[in-house]
Amino acid sequence: MSQPVENQSIQPKRWVYLLPLGIFVGLVILFFIGLELNPRLIPSPLIGKPAPSFSLPRLHHPGEIFQETDLQGEISLLNIWATWCPSCKQEHPVLMQIAKANKAPIYGLYYKDDPEYGVEWLKNNGNPYRANAVDKDGSVGIEWGTYGTPETFIIDEKGIIQYKHVGPISWQDWKDKLLPKIQSLREKSDV
Amino acid sequence: MIPEIGHFILILALCVALVQAIIPGMGLLNRRVDWMNVAQPAAVLQFILVLISYSILTYSFIVHDFSVLYIANTSNSELPLIYRISGVWGAHEGSLLLWVLILSAWTAVVAIYSKRYPVDVGAGVTSVLGFISIGFLMFTLFTSNPFERHFPAPVDGADLNPLLQDPAMAIHPPMLYMGYVGFAIPFAFAITALVQGKVDTAWARWVRPWAIGAWVCLTAGITLGSWWAYYELGWGGWWFWDPVENASFMPWLTGTALIHSLAITEKRHALRNWTVLLAILSFSLSLLGTFLVRSGVLTSVHAFATDPTRGIFILIFLGVVIGISLMLFAIRAWQMRTTGSFTLVSREMSLLSNSVLLLIAMLTVLLGTLYPLILEAITGEKISVGPPYFSSVFIPLMVPVVFLVAIGPLMSWRKENLSQLLLKLRQPAIIAVLFASLLLLVLPGKANFTAWFALLLAFWVINNCFALLKQRLRNTNNLSQGLRRIPRGWYGMITAHIGLVMTVIGIGLSSVYSQEQDVYMAPGDDRTLGAYRFEFIDVKKKPGPNYMADVGTIHVYKNDERLMTLHPEKRLYNVRRNVMTEAAIHSNLLRDLYVSLGEPRNLESGSWSVRLYYKPFILWIWLGGLFMVIGGLLAVTDRRYRIEVPDEKLKLDSTHVAAS
Repeated sequence: MSQPVENQSIQPKRWVYLLPLGIFVGLVILFFIGLELNPRLIPSPLIGKPAPSFSLPRLHHPGEIFQETDLQGEISLLNIWATWCPSCKQEHPVLMQIAKANKAPIYGLYYKDDPEYGVEWLKNNGNPYRANAVDKDGSVGIEWGTYGTPETFIIDEKGIIQYKHVGPISWQDWKDKLLPKIQSLREKSDV
Repeated sequence: MIPEIGHFILILALCVALVQAIIPGMGLLNRRVDWMNVAQPAAVLQFILVLISYSILTYSFIVHDFSVLYIANTSNSELPLIYRISGVWGAHEGSLLLWVLILSAWTAVVAIYSKRYPVDVGAGVTSVLGFISIGFLMFTLFTSNPFERHFPAPVDGADLNPLLQDPAMAIHPPMLYMGYVGFAIPFAFAITALVQGKVDTAWARWVRPWAIGAWVCLTAGITLGSWWAYYELGWGGWWFWDPVENASFMPWLTGTALIHSLAITEKRHALRNWTVLLAILSFSLSLLGTFLVRSGVLTSVHAFATDPTRGIFILIFLGVVIGISLMLFAIRAWQMRTTGSFTLVSREMSLLSNSVLLLIAMLTVLLGTLYPLILEAITGEKISVGPPYFSSVFIPLMVPVVFLVAIGPLMSWRKENLSQLLLKLRQPAIIAVLFASLLLLVLPGKANFTAWFALLLAFWVINNCFALLKQRLRNTNNLSQGLRRIPRGWYGMITAHIGLVMTVIGIGLSSVYSQEQDVYMAPGDDRTLGAYRFEFIDVKKKPGPNYMADVGTIHVYKNDERLMTLHPEKRLYNVRRNVMTEAAIHSNLLRDLYVSLGEPRNLESGSWSVRLYYKPFILWIWLGGLFMVIGGLLAVTDRRYRIEVPDEKLKLDSTHVAAS
């Protein structure tokens, strides 16, 4: 028991010294695959699925209901926004331009905010939206998987979500990502 | 204009880092002392440049320059000053800049201290640190520039994540980074030693204070993070085995093994390759932690906004740094196999067993953290590995670790007589059994084996510390003189070991004896938990500087006597609309009373869901962490690390340079 441990007996074999490197190479390969798999690269689990159902009061006509079936019939954009969200204000001029270009109607989901502020803001800065649904407590936003405003969805004429953009849309985003997507959807439906 | 200056100075810092890495490194390989001498001024200059750049970003935060994209995303005009300063590291770009700042600060300190090392060692270490700095500066500048502008500037910023608007959270990341980055120094020493083919006692003595320093910072960072999670998340938990927590815990485990293995290498010239490997692993795991957090490969509550190009960049960097180091290790370590010998019953063996156990513990944490990723890569299935795996695998590994902490310090170096050891261990063990059993009878709650066992291990370690002290003092007549003659490092070890068992007591007793209730309460309702009765009075609105709070009032009675009033809060932050829970906690050494508000149930009757916890001895978990930090600080300030190297040793010693 208390014999000195001989040098040879505790000397690891040569391959043992390569073991850490071997394990590490395995990890790097795993991470490379992992980066490809990155769940956040898939913009939304909702893509390819019908828009979640909701039924909310309209911003300008609180007595009327806005629901997911109102999104059907033509390719449209749904923009989730609020007046407390600085990036939404920054996005606003781009939305105005998109509305002017008249490629697809923009609907709004007015998220966790007071309707009065929204009406006031749109009065002063212009209204790019065809209609807005007021999601005062944010419960519909959760159904749509919102984790930050603004977010914009492209919904096809059957009411299926086809694309999701997180963060403010720049004019570049519109030209390079959203507009081509809308055009390809339109071609598909024409065929 | 000012942010552009910051950006430009950061580019200059990258140029200086290139000089710092390449010229001394070439000097080392070509034995040119004049090239090696570039190391120190370059390291200091790089630090100054990064500091200026960092200060500029801080300034832009303070003056609310929302044209800087990063500031627009993480600050707001309502944000209090203190959180505008800590907000600099509140998201990805700024925390990388903080990382670079801390790295350059550590490097500058090493470079200034390098007078104590042979000039080639100092140059090698500075050069390796320079290469690491290049990697991180390039990462910052090319993928995560914090000075990026954005026009037109938004009117106001998106605000700092309210979770981070907390004093402990303000200092937790810098402490953690100081630990992570601190392990770069033992790493740099290890690489230099491998290049030179020389690891000796002097090498171990140079590395020890840096390794302990990094370990102290990491311990403090993890302790703060755990404490923060406890009072801020509102669930009474203090460790969640979240991937990001694991990322900080893994280098801690190997770092702990490293500081112990360094002791063997210094005292006994043994296990040199093992020590070098641990030094490489500790820093590699710090880098791995950065990769896991920054790349978004694992989803976690901690992860900031992620970006695949960042992930690829860090992965390449990680592959180059760790790959080269481990290749160097595979080649060189084989050539410098160990010479020291020791027996199965010896302090070396107990330290070696302990570091092997810590390494295995690290591997189990690594496996648990990466398993979801492995499974998804192979089968595409998504799962998560939670606390059940970690507690059932990790705790059995920690029991022998604490056991070895108890007996290891009492063993002699090289060879211990087994029967004498048993004799030394007998008395403290008997006392520990008695103490643990007695205390269990006094404690409120039923006798429980886990609690008894935790107390037993703890008392055993503490009693052995006293036995050790007695052994140390047996040859002196004068007690105070004898105490003063013991080196400070020894007191550090004792303090840290006592800290460890305090944490063991905290975990053991709080996990066994905690009581909790998750209930709906209306004004006037009361609930009893242990000896305490909680009476719910009401919840009122109260505005804060940048939030609106619901403040609850709960009276706590013991034996019908009112002990205190607790005010848990629920805050709604104005800008981000996040709801934060602020638990109300009354702590003392024996127990915590913890109350947090859930959701309002009925606005008319004023009833709320309320979580009530009674957690005995939980404070000991973090007090233990504090003791470990103090122990490490005592060890690092031991005077033998301050002894200057005689002048003639400073000259370039050609035998240091490997013949190849």
